[in-house]
Amino acid sequence: MSDLHVDLERTSPGPRKIVIDPVTRVEGHGKVTIRLNEAGEVEQARFHVVEFRGFERFIQGRMYWEVPVIVQRLCGICPVSHHLCAAKAMDIVAGVDKITPTAEKMRRLMHYGQVLQSNAVNFFHLASPDLLLGFESPVAQRNIIGVIEAFPEVGKWAIMIRKFGQLVIAATGGRRIHPRLCIPGGVNQNLAVENRDALRADVDQIIQWCCEALELHKRFVSAHHTLHETFASFPSNYMSLVGPDGAMELYDGTLRAIDAAGAPIFEGVSPQAYRDYLIEEVRPWSYMKFPHIRSLGREDGWYRVGPLAQINCCAFIGTPIAEMARKDFMAQGGGGLVHATLAFHWARVISMIHCAETIKQLLFDNDLQGTDLVVTGQRRPEGVAIVEAPRGTLLHHYQVDHNDQVTMANLIVSTTNNNEAMNRSVTKVAIDDLTGHEITEGLLNHIEVAIRAYDPCLSCATHALGDMPLVVTLEDADGAVIATKVKQ
Amino acid sequence: MSATLVKHAKPTLATCALTGCFGCHMSLLDIDERILELVDLVDLDVSPFDDKKAFDRPVDVGFIEGGCSNEYNVRELREFRKHCRILVSVGACAINGGVPAMRNTISLRDCLDAVYLHGVSLQGDGVIPNDEDLPLLLDRVYPSHEVVKIDYFLPGCPPSGDALWEGLKALLIGNKPDLPYLLCKYE
Ligand code: SF4
Repeated sequence: MSDLHVDLERTSPGPRKIVIDPVTRVEGHGKVTIRLNEAGEVEQARFHVVEFRGFERFIQGRMYWEVPVIVQRLCGICPVSHHLCAAKAMDIVAGVDKITPTAEKMRRLMHYGQVLQSNAVNFFHLASPDLLLGFESPVAQRNIIGVIEAFPEVGKWAIMIRKFGQLVIAATGGRRIHPRLCIPGGVNQNLAVENRDALRADVDQIIQWCCEALELHKRFVSAHHTLHETFASFPSNYMSLVGPDGAMELYDGTLRAIDAAGAPIFEGVSPQAYRDYLIEEVRPWSYMKFPHIRSLGREDGWYRVGPLAQINCCAFIGTPIAEMARKDFMAQGGGGLVHATLAFHWARVISMIHCAETIKQLLFDNDLQGTDLVVTGQRRPEGVAIVEAPRGTLLHHYQVDHNDQVTMANLIVSTTNNNEAMNRSVTKVAIDDLTGHEITEGLLNHIEVAIRAYDPCLSCATHALGDMPLVVTLEDADGAVIATKVKQ
Repeated sequence: MSATLVKHAKPTLATCALTGCFGCHMSLLDIDERILELVDLVDLDVSPFDDKKAFDRPVDVGFIEGGCSNEYNVRELREFRKHCRILVSVGACAINGGVPAMRNTISLRDCLDAVYLHGVSLQGDGVIPNDEDLPLLLDRVYPSHEVVKIDYFLPGCPPSGDALWEGLKALLIGNKPDLPYLLCKYE
């Protein structure tokens, strides 16, 4: 429903449609519709992405070196992921297979700063109100300001951890949001010693705070064990980049997909070969596409990406504190994978620790003051690249003509990979929590809690979206609207 | 829910993200520790940062991120105009459409075809999404001031946290914001 008002008072028997519009505390515009039958059972639940931008088309004709700074405007929470992914694709177009150590480490430093701050935004600013204050806590408090008031310590972590990540980005790329570091074949600057020293001074404290956030989150999990296990959950396939030795890898690597039992579906897949393994479906009710693994088909081939997938897919994490935390995390799975949807948050905090530890290692690496910044090569017509963005596997694919102008762009962004899974989580929560209940604002928030676990970034997701509100509409069997509730 | 008007002690701020990238909202978080001062200074009303989804009282300042690319954007922007005393276009997208308005040189049909019919990793023939639960797209992306009256413009992509902070403080105190050049120059 287009009306930004909710009228939950009116309930009537018979089939109805619930609409949540907009979904809030996520980036971008989305809406949920739930259809109930005569008996009040859920017949259909859908998470629609309602915005379209058309980047793939309007980027055509731009010079290839402009792309990394244009395409990052897909997303202001993770602009660095798009900046880097486009730059890696354009390295290939520029004929460069290996950039210099200084260039690669500068990019990595920026990337880990980005993943740290973006995961902090999701965990603290957007999701923590549900976890700390309760799924059904009063609307007026259920936000980061409510958290700051009730848990000043958490408010401090939220502000300071995000700030540190942003300062890493600014130190490498000149500004906090939409920075400029990458050019095809390398980077445009190294790390100034003053910036390095300022970051060095703070990094241990940041690692410490990330560890404290992990402890706090584990207390939440112990206190709500069953909820944590079952809420919006199901077994699934997972996909992420991994390093050559199976290590968690966020900047560069090959694709690995595993099934719900942990057995490989494919491994060692290079980004250039993605179309042999992945395929996307369009459904008429969402601007966001539905990718799946080709060999498994659309029914069985869907998968999840993001922090939970990164941790399920890797053999180990290459930094010590995060690796200890990973072992502790995987123990929940009793030797298998962890499938709990709320465990995305736990995995996200471990990712934050890993990022902070990696940033520290890089800050003590003298290559960052190297002066060999760019490599040149023989121009090629096409490039594909993948990074693990905060929300999971992100792919950019471009073709460039002899005038250096882009002729084709294809983006599979992280959130798109989770489209089917988010829809299934919405359906599960609708069935588990709404069936047979009077629908209240608090119950509707359960649906949004499930969506927030995936930290969807809907602006990127349709390559075309912007905002994402949550509306619940009730319709009768003929589709006439009985009531619309927009969460307020 | 009754729409009783509370007399609020603090001035109020509402924000919305239309067709932008959320970067202007992220820039508001870039005021860092001053977030604590902001919490003391204003009450946050309708915003993607909280779960208040519709207005139930007049609001002092509205920040608009993004231009209008679909009917939902237009509706939301009009709601903001109706309820906010002062409306500010924040950032390139709200002010002139920004990067999303790059599609204005191309027909909408062409954009949809490229993404949903000719994508190189698509299954089958594809289909252009057309469900009644999706908003109608506009022929082009419109800057906010072509849709409603805007009182102030704060340029940047995004404007820095400092610029947002100084601009907001001035508006809340009742001054006309007069930002130094360095805070509002477009890089
Ligand atoms: S002005 Fe820039 S930062 Fe703001 S929404 Fe638009 S693209 Fe994002």
